[in-house]
Amino acid sequence: MKFTTLLASAAMVLGLGGAALADGHEKTKVGFVYVGPVGDGGWTYEHDQGRLAVEAEFGDKVETVFVENVAEGPDSERVMTQMALDGADLIFTTSFGYMDPTNNVAAKFPDVKFEHATGYKRLHPNVSTYSARFYEGRAIQGHIAGKMTKSNVIGYIGSFPIPEVIRGINSAYIHAAKVNPDVEFKIIWVYTWFDPAKEADAAKVLIEQGADVVLQHTDSTAPQAAAQEAGGVITFGQASDMGQYAPFPRVSSIIDDWAPYYIARTQAVMDGTWESKDTWDGIGAGMVGIGEISDAVPEDVKAEALAMKAALADGSYHAFTGPLNKQDGSPFLAEGETADDGTLAGMNFYVEGIEGDIPQ
Amino acid sequence: MIRIEARPQPSALMAYATPVLAVVLTMIFGGVLFAVLGKDPLEAIATIFWEPIFGEFAFFYRPQLLIKGAPLVLIAIGLALGFRAGIWNIGAEGQYIVGAICGAGAGLAFYPTESVLIFPLMVLAGALGGWAWAMIPAVLKVKFGTNEILVSLMLVYVAEQLLASMSLGLLKNPEGFGFPGSRNLQQYGSAHNAEIIAGTGMHWGVVAALIAVIFAYVLLTRHRLGFAIRVTGEAPRAAKFGGVNPARLVLFCLGMSGLLAGLAGMFEVSGPSGQISIDFNVGYGFTAIIVAFLGRLNPLGIVAAGLLMALTYIGGDIAQSQLGLPAAAIQVFQGMLLFFLLALDVLTNYRVRFGTAEVA
Repeated sequence: MKFTTLLASAAMVLGLGGAALADGHEKTKVGFVYVGPVGDGGWTYEHDQGRLAVEAEFGDKVETVFVENVAEGPDSERVMTQMALDGADLIFTTSFGYMDPTNNVAAKFPDVKFEHATGYKRLHPNVSTYSARFYEGRAIQGHIAGKMTKSNVIGYIGSFPIPEVIRGINSAYIHAAKVNPDVEFKIIWVYTWFDPAKEADAAKVLIEQGADVVLQHTDSTAPQAAAQEAGGVITFGQASDMGQYAPFPRVSSIIDDWAPYYIARTQAVMDGTWESKDTWDGIGAGMVGIGEISDAVPEDVKAEALAMKAALADGSYHAFTGPLNKQDGSPFLAEGETADDGTLAGMNFYVEGIEGDIPQ
Repeated sequence: MIRIEARPQPSALMAYATPVLAVVLTMIFGGVLFAVLGKDPLEAIATIFWEPIFGEFAFFYRPQLLIKGAPLVLIAIGLALGFRAGIWNIGAEGQYIVGAICGAGAGLAFYPTESVLIFPLMVLAGALGGWAWAMIPAVLKVKFGTNEILVSLMLVYVAEQLLASMSLGLLKNPEGFGFPGSRNLQQYGSAHNAEIIAGTGMHWGVVAALIAVIFAYVLLTRHRLGFAIRVTGEAPRAAKFGGVNPARLVLFCLGMSGLLAGLAGMFEVSGPSGQISIDFNVGYGFTAIIVAFLGRLNPLGIVAAGLLMALTYIGGDIAQSQLGLPAAAIQVFQGMLLFFLLALDVLTNYRVRFGTAEVA
């Protein structure tokens, strides 16, 4: 009891501190909790670029703090609480596993705003969730991959069999099969987001099995290096541009660009207009960036890919447009129908044509 | 000229002085490291060691010390028993994972029934799970003479795969929208390892750790088995002549350390962590090895060492957020602690002499 009272009073003091903000007397303090090191060159790196963009945008009006390598679970809960106690006004928690801890801490600090990446729980009015429609980028990759493969075998390095990753596989497959009905996907699950050794092994196995395109849903550049070594294999950068492997094997990339969102939400806290919501933005809003398509891609394919990017951005095309069947042959989407966000968010099946089972 | 010579007897004074000396040296060299990174070394050291215990928000951090320290102490106590007898269980991390899976599984099997029997059953299941996982290297060693260091370590990676499989399959939350991870036990009253007194951080895992410390202390100082452990470690041949059965000792020591690690995992998953997830384990099983040696394999020393390690973790995270120290610097700092401790061990068995060697 004593503890909760203490926390509540601390929160109240902070709340008062926060109230002073609207007058512009105090800096807005923005905290970031990272699951990996900022130097990972992928997921956490891009979130940190977002943090730096917030600093660049607001200058002296903000103070940002971050803690990296924070394990999911009680450690993350402690770090978030600590940031809130230290007077943070807005805290971005940037890993799926921070979902319950974020909501637990949000309950204790009603005046601090929390933003949880890639989750779905918003149990308190001071919690928002946000994620990016990476599957839009996967559609473009699938198109390029389907056009460029000669062996008709496309390798895919999956991290964990969760909806986010399955959605990407489906989106890439749909668009590869659309331009190349003979295409075959080989999927290897590595059960990690970042492990260069495992990723390199997976890439080598896929290449040995005849894949001349390797797509990855993991964050290291190891698959790029493996493809470069093998020669004649194309890859795509993941999370960040991985431009050091351009123009070949890396022919394009999906880039997470959190900067516009982080700036907008920080602005909302400054203006007092922040409210709880779920954001799921794609290419259109600039949350998903498509890295430069290199000259290794034929001109006509590049033009088609850019046209698709434009259509995805303005909403005239949806990456999941029927007719589509599920893997077992049952109907998924009728002619012209597009998948709703609920189905996409919980996607746990392959579309027709992909072989193999989703591991359970 | 400086030289070192063997002591006729290990120095009792040095055995106690070296841990303190190691901490002091770590502070000095850590301070140099922080200074090179452009931070005020005194402020950084104070943030790590002072802030969590006596700082403004100590009311929050002190309970966190127990939450972070309890699993470390519980595991380290078990490891110390084996280490004293020269039986090297390096796989506590795996036993911790399996204990958590069994404990959580036992609880979730009854969801949503509420009963006071569920939690004790989970404790039993967690202990048994950890014990059984440790019995694999134990039986293999006794029967086939395999090396328990390798087998127990390799089983950590097996346990991690098992954990991923459980998070994605058997124990997956049916209401989790297909995302990996079990139900949150914090929201299941009968299975929740809640704080016994709110706000103190005192949960059943802390109680179990204290009981384990007392039992280990009595065992080692007063019991025949404890004597056998110590003799086997210090003079294996004498132990053999003294009628100590090495096979039984291996089974006991590995089984006991597995059991305690399993308990630690079970208390963690049902309390501070709340759920089985792919990234549930955060390295307590490995850190506990450091804790065991830092505490001189002595139960009371381990309590102090566990709290000290917890302090560096909590203080380290505060230093990251408040001073912008990189996580890697904190890890180097923790690594220094073990390095100095092991390096200074030489002083226990040897003495440093200045001046020229005397001619005998």
